[in-house]
Amino acid sequence: MEQVDMNTAEATTPPPVCRAGEGAMSIRKVGKIYDPEGVHVVALKDCSLEIAAGEFVAIVGPSGCGKSTLLNTIAGFDGLTSGEILLDGEPLATVDKDPSPGPDRVVVFQHGALFPWKTVLQNVTYGPVVQGVMSEEAANERAQEMLSRVGLNDIETAYPGQLSSGMQRRVEIIRALINNPKVLLLDEPFRAMDTVTKSASHQYLLELYDATGKTIFFITHDLEEAIFLADKVLVMTTRPGYIKKTLQVNLPRPRQYSMLASEEFLAMKAQLVEAVHEEAVKAFEAGEREMA
Amino acid sequence: MNPYIVLGLLLMAVLAVGAWQQKKKARLYEISWGHQIRKTLTSRSFLLQMGGFVAFVVIWELTVKVFALPWFNRLPGPWECLLEWLSPDPDFGISIYTEDYYTHIIYSTYRATTAFVLATLLGVPMGLLMGWSRKFYDYSFPLVELIRPIPPLAWVPLAILILPGDEPAVIFVTFLVAFFVTALNTLLGVESIDESYFRAARCLGADKRRLLFDVVLPGAMPFIFTGLQISMGAAWFSLVAGEMIAAQYGLGFLIWDSYSLIQYPVIVIGMATLGVIGWISSAAVRSVGRKLMAWRERELYGS
Amino acid sequence: MARAATMNGASFAYKMRKFVASKHFTRGAMAVIGFFVLWQAGSMGLMPFMHAIPTPVTVAEAFWEFMCTGKYWQSWMDSTLRVTYGFVAAQLLGIPLGLGMGWNRNFKDFTYPLFELMRPIPPLAWVPVSILFWPTNESSIAFITFIGAFFTIVVNVLGGVSAIPRQLVDAAVSFGASPRQVFWRIVLPATIPSIVTGMMVGIGITWNVVIAAEMIAGNTGLGRLTWEAYLAGHTPGIIVGMISIGVAGYVSSMAVKMIGDWLMPWKKVF
Repeated sequence: MEQVDMNTAEATTPPPVCRAGEGAMSIRKVGKIYDPEGVHVVALKDCSLEIAAGEFVAIVGPSGCGKSTLLNTIAGFDGLTSGEILLDGEPLATVDKDPSPGPDRVVVFQHGALFPWKTVLQNVTYGPVVQGVMSEEAANERAQEMLSRVGLNDIETAYPGQLSSGMQRRVEIIRALINNPKVLLLDEPFRAMDTVTKSASHQYLLELYDATGKTIFFITHDLEEAIFLADKVLVMTTRPGYIKKTLQVNLPRPRQYSMLASEEFLAMKAQLVEAVHEEAVKAFEAGEREMA
Repeated sequence: MNPYIVLGLLLMAVLAVGAWQQKKKARLYEISWGHQIRKTLTSRSFLLQMGGFVAFVVIWELTVKVFALPWFNRLPGPWECLLEWLSPDPDFGISIYTEDYYTHIIYSTYRATTAFVLATLLGVPMGLLMGWSRKFYDYSFPLVELIRPIPPLAWVPLAILILPGDEPAVIFVTFLVAFFVTALNTLLGVESIDESYFRAARCLGADKRRLLFDVVLPGAMPFIFTGLQISMGAAWFSLVAGEMIAAQYGLGFLIWDSYSLIQYPVIVIGMATLGVIGWISSAAVRSVGRKLMAWRERELYGS
Repeated sequence: MARAATMNGASFAYKMRKFVASKHFTRGAMAVIGFFVLWQAGSMGLMPFMHAIPTPVTVAEAFWEFMCTGKYWQSWMDSTLRVTYGFVAAQLLGIPLGLGMGWNRNFKDFTYPLFELMRPIPPLAWVPVSILFWPTNESSIAFITFIGAFFTIVVNVLGGVSAIPRQLVDAAVSFGASPRQVFWRIVLPATIPSIVTGMMVGIGITWNVVIAAEMIAGNTGLGRLTWEAYLAGHTPGIIVGMISIGVAGYVSSMAVKMIGDWLMPWKKVF
């Protein structure tokens, strides 16, 4: 069922990938069944996708499809029941090998997971210090440098509870990036944000992406956000989840807000709306059946 | 010293504390001290609060002494108790001037503190371990559930039999109740921690041991302190019962002894003292909790 | 998503079978068996402190003997009645008081300082005063039981009323609800979870208080039964008493939980 839409795929400029040379991922025929002997919920089925090193991939789909399940298997929170996931050619997870989380694939969580009991600086330096790859002083210095790059100065001693949601999310992204991960996994990070905060957060994320060239795996249900940020937008089906449609986004980088109104952008959005809507209706009907 | 003078001094101390608090408030609202005091004294809320208190004392005195209603007339009156408490030469041998009064207080405080500290030292790690290790939980939780339904005070006779002497028995039952409260609240605290904190820490490279110290312990802290406050109250609760049943000193013993000896005002003195000490001890736990959880306190001021 | 499916699918029997076969169950069973083995070993003098404790078998025999006497069941009856009186009285007085304090600012100002003044006094400290005041032993024990549950329920109800989201009340008012309707349709139902929590905590305290009060000042009841076994030096009797009290407390908690589930069909507690 994997298909590349030819209209947008005939690229005039190739997507800016492979800058980092690390973080290429192959997800091959991955399946995930919860409680196989009991209720038997098929969350993922034959889900395959390829992510090039340094590529920004966004996954969209109706809520309750396997988006987060896929992210959890990549991050290593959850095992898979068929298929395999490779990172730079090395098997990350197979049926026999349960994955384990690690600093090469750091997640930024939907509702935010900065430790409320640690200051901003302690949060950001937590990874390098706990892994023992940096001394505390070196980590502090690096953290301050990275924080100031996203406009966060003089908040090192603040607790996360004292920051706005936009600032919290920026700190969390920095906390992930300081580990120099191969892949950054973002699970609807800008979900409950107002429009203004959201677009500012987009800007910061894009700047960081352009500067670091990390592979980014981004889950969202906001189609505009997906097109605006990503090199490739994947549409996932409702349960059992697999990739139904791949949309190559050929907007040049750095991305500008003016692009949001371009015809090209709107055409891509129209395609996505159609694909996602179909799945949403299916999901809704499945939900109705379940209730009855 | 004349009890009336002491009473006057006490009242002045209360007024001074009140005035000092008003000063702090005045600074907060950036108005003058005098203005703040006037505002408070004339506020409906303050008048009602004082009214409630005065009404209670007046009704007490009226029913018990002035009209001496049936049933009520067997109780001691407030004024009588207050004078006894402040008297340098108390009729029944217990007042702020007598050594016995402080002996009882020290005995009770010592027992409650020992039990509370032991319960905390064992209960918090127990709860954390139960929440942190599924294996430990599987082994220990059924046992806890097996023993917990037995009210701690039902242990008194057995504790006296097993342990050498009354003293350890009283401390043991006090410990027991505080221990269960602390352990279960700590467990609840660990269970309340959002899964994403564990996941985030593991992503960032924390091993299981680091999770215990970096996520489990701080994350459970709010529940631990709620538990410690309850456990402090519960400790006093069973201490008093234990002392009434099986001790030679302490405020619980004092209350029961005074009843047997028909020294009724001393009962009220003992109860009031227990109330005050109980209040102070839970206030102490609260303030330690606030100190340890600065990150939580400051959420209030955050943007 | 997995949870929603579990709720819809998998029968109870299936879940039970799965649980019994799981290692969690095995471990729990091992712990409980280990407990009894240790108890037996301890009673046989293999462990410190425990030589005075009768073996589980002796206790079981004593249990049977107790159950054959009318006095044992009378003790159950007496203690249960005392708990019921005290508990029910605490709900009947405590719930309206808590609601009133939460609903009316002036009423709260008038009563709260006094309430806070009394609350730290441990319930058992009321025993002598209670005996002095009430004409019968029975009523004084019920009163102490009442004190035990009363403060808890008031604190919980007051907390529940204060935590009602402002929008709920505003929404009702904007639909034209009178204050009386707001109280009965919004405030009371929204406070039910807190009431149930207060009841759950309260029932535990109540049994605690009854046992102690009976040991100190009662003539009958399970607490007295245990205490008399102690006075008679009949150690198996003490343990029988303790277990009976444990069972009684557990059954009452279950009963209160059932009331809670019935009051709140939209969510099950615990």
